[in-house]
Amino acid sequence: MTVAMTHLDRLEAESIHILRETVAEADKPVMLYSIGKDSAVMLHLARKAFFPSPLPFPLLHVDTTWKFRAMYELRAKVAADPQVELIVYRNREAESQGINPFDHGPLHTDMWKTEGLKQALDKYGFDAAFGGARRDEEKSRAKERIFSFRTATHRWDPKRQRPELWSLYNVKKNKGESVRVFPLSNWTELDVWQYILREGIEIVPLYFADERPTVERDGLILMVDDDRFPLNGETPKLRKVRFRTLGCYPLSGAVESEAASVEEVVAEMLLTTTSERQGRAIDKDAGSASMEKKKQEGYF
Amino acid sequence: MSRVLDKDRELIASNVSEWLSRHERKEMLRFITCGSVDDGKSTLIGRLLYDCGQVFDDQLEALEADSKARANGDRLDFSLLVDGLSAEREQGITIDVAYRFFASEKRKFIVADTPGHEQYTRNMITGASTADVAVLLIDARKGVLTQTRRHSYLARLVGIRHLLLAVTKMDLVDYDQAAFDSICADYAAFADKIGISNWRAIPLSGVEGDNVTAASERTPWYSGPTLLDYLDTVEIDASSDAAKPFRMPVQWVNRPDQNFRGFAGQLASGRIAPGKEVRVLPSGRTTRVARIVTFDGDLDDAVAGQSVTLTLEDEVDCSRGDVIAAAADPAESADQFEATIVWMAEEELLPGRGYWMKIGTETVTAMVQEPKYEINVNTLDHLAAKTLALNGIGVSEILTDREVVFEPYAVEGSSPNKALGGFILIDKRTNATVAAGMLNFALRRAHNIHRQHLEVERETHAALKGQKPAVLWFTGLSGAGKSTIANLVEKKLAAKGRHTFLLDGDNVRHGLNRDLGFTDADRIENIRRVGEVAKLMADAGLIVLTAFISPFRAERHMVRRMLPEGEFIEVFVDTPLAEAEKRDVKGLYGKARAGELKNFTGIDSPYEVPQKPEIHIDTTRMSADEAADLIVAKLLARR
Repeated sequence: MTVAMTHLDRLEAESIHILRETVAEADKPVMLYSIGKDSAVMLHLARKAFFPSPLPFPLLHVDTTWKFRAMYELRAKVAADPQVELIVYRNREAESQGINPFDHGPLHTDMWKTEGLKQALDKYGFDAAFGGARRDEEKSRAKERIFSFRTATHRWDPKRQRPELWSLYNVKKNKGESVRVFPLSNWTELDVWQYILREGIEIVPLYFADERPTVERDGLILMVDDDRFPLNGETPKLRKVRFRTLGCYPLSGAVESEAASVEEVVAEMLLTTTSERQGRAIDKDAGSASMEKKKQEGYF
Repeated sequence: MSRVLDKDRELIASNVSEWLSRHERKEMLRFITCGSVDDGKSTLIGRLLYDCGQVFDDQLEALEADSKARANGDRLDFSLLVDGLSAEREQGITIDVAYRFFASEKRKFIVADTPGHEQYTRNMITGASTADVAVLLIDARKGVLTQTRRHSYLARLVGIRHLLLAVTKMDLVDYDQAAFDSICADYAAFADKIGISNWRAIPLSGVEGDNVTAASERTPWYSGPTLLDYLDTVEIDASSDAAKPFRMPVQWVNRPDQNFRGFAGQLASGRIAPGKEVRVLPSGRTTRVARIVTFDGDLDDAVAGQSVTLTLEDEVDCSRGDVIAAAADPAESADQFEATIVWMAEEELLPGRGYWMKIGTETVTAMVQEPKYEINVNTLDHLAAKTLALNGIGVSEILTDREVVFEPYAVEGSSPNKALGGFILIDKRTNATVAAGMLNFALRRAHNIHRQHLEVERETHAALKGQKPAVLWFTGLSGAGKSTIANLVEKKLAAKGRHTFLLDGDNVRHGLNRDLGFTDADRIENIRRVGEVAKLMADAGLIVLTAFISPFRAERHMVRRMLPEGEFIEVFVDTPLAEAEKRDVKGLYGKARAGELKNFTGIDSPYEVPQKPEIHIDTTRMSADEAADLIVAKLLARR
């Protein structure tokens, strides 16, 4: 007996359809794995889409060496699964120059993430890359296609996007060109959390509140995750915090919270009042148009 | 203000699991909003998001700041919540399709927001293709405009069954019932004319919030639903898809090892269970479903919309692009159709050119004939047309290079067959999506003109001549040396007693093709005719040599497909442009450079280099005679 499909069932079925279309039509797909909750959901959907086969593409983590330790722990666990192949890529130039978020500001994101991603895609020749971005995250994302076409230099031109009708996706491209594919396009933040709860998906514990050593910088609560954090005479203070989004630990703002389970996080999220990307320093560089500009330059 | 309404707050705070389980059971409705910014569309959507508690505090702060910056005083400009890309925010217009998400008590909504300007028909069709409902904005001061009629027509064209007229800016006409009634009367007359029966109208104000989520006291004369009530209760297409016969286009064959062979896909319609008899299309083989496999365990039943993996009881041929259908009620297949086409690219339609056509999970080559007519979306008149330009809508015949499983897009009284009736066309050179289309019905013309059975078959012709037929297709720039080399090849073959014939570009243009010029469309027709002639000569057992620039890959591919495997031999006569221009045997490059010759290949018209020619002749490295020897040797070495 089948019951009527709920909105989560529909979102899941649509995402699986998108994953399969890409694998059927692309030459060399890859899944961008950021270790965050959206990546966790995307990975779970991919396992469902191709079951009982192993994942027909590798995961790619564009590393900056500055992620939280707890993220590296989960990454190691995911990589230990024999059904999963994980590639870790680091921009050698950024590594040799010692680019870091404390001394180099926006250059850190640009070199490690934007440039690192382009280098990795070029090195392995991936022609389709899955990303976990959602249209509800940010205004310029609302207009992006599910299959987002990129030029050979990885540029995104909002005016040259292909029209996307029904569930027919045009995956064709010339040599050197690629597509970014967003299977979670139509999911909202609440959908993601609800799905994590329903499916029992493992996510990094940093999403749940716990006592963590923190300092305050420019109005952000930052976690002192290792001894690379330059303390200017400060003593880290134990605060009960959690993270709404995870990235490089010196760039990820924590929120004070008591929420220690998915349900509690959802309740807190619904009852509090700031939108998700606010904890991320990156969007604020240049006002409301900054994400759009980053995307044109090749940021995921 | 937070994203949660006060009535939900308490439950979330006290029992979030209960709230979540209620939320999880919600259905999903997709709708499109059509109208221009002047109609207050962004304002209305912004208001809907705001009233449904979908706006965060920080967004609200940004909104207040933005509203002030735009000299709106203290009044919130809800449209700022909706307008996205910076270029268009600066211009004050929306230029593409944007998707928004919100939820009510009963449903989750995905809104496709599209602009109303005429040049963006493309965007509206895109947004409407996935929508259950269209919300058409009408400015109460302006009434039913050409734009309203156009949007209604387009919504109906893509099979949207429920139309809502959102009569906005009622505050600016003092909530006057007569103004509203007159709009409804105007629209009723139009709706009757084009066969829209399922529509209703609501008097609204986005700025003031009247009848958006709460019934307004300022319209006591209106007793119908609010906008949100309407969206909460209108029928969803997915429910009628489940009632249709079973169809599942195969996306991907799942074969982890020798013991498992599953067919992955999303059910387009109907339902399926293990043991049910199915037919694999277009081959027509029947078998039964063995299992419905998912990550969460086998299912007893699956319904339209679900993504599953089926295994079948028998080993039947089945691959991506095939459709698994109910055995007793399968879909049709055909290779000629009448279709309604919406052109979406700057480059206009080239009738006769081969485009990729993606339908369901199948991709074939399709040729679109000259339109029977184009539709003027403002007057709905049928106009004569030779082609379709950006945003043009026309009805044409389409020929595909093999049989395609399909269903007519529009269904009277039911949801449209989007999965097997809707298609896109893709330019083979740029890979851009150039058109969307809806199949109306299959044409049986080719089936009615039965081919005359020929007693003397092509094998007999070939055997009598003691040779294997072939088409040596010389392609390259003007002046590359195609004719010279082809002539030498023919002489050498004749000397060996082979039966040959040389079709030369210039000669054919003096006779068979003298009615054709040098536009892209004429070049395509030129090659098509030459291809057909070459094919007939190959059927007669000849070795045919053709020397044509044939600059487009798509047309060379078209000819290749006309012939049996292995009989089309592409010979790329590779001479760099500079070298060909230097030789300029016929003085044509000089004329083209002087602007006296238009559409000259290599100068102002492209040449698409063959990707995998059977024979590649680099004329800077070998003489014409050496090239001819090489070609003869390769030709005769065929098994």
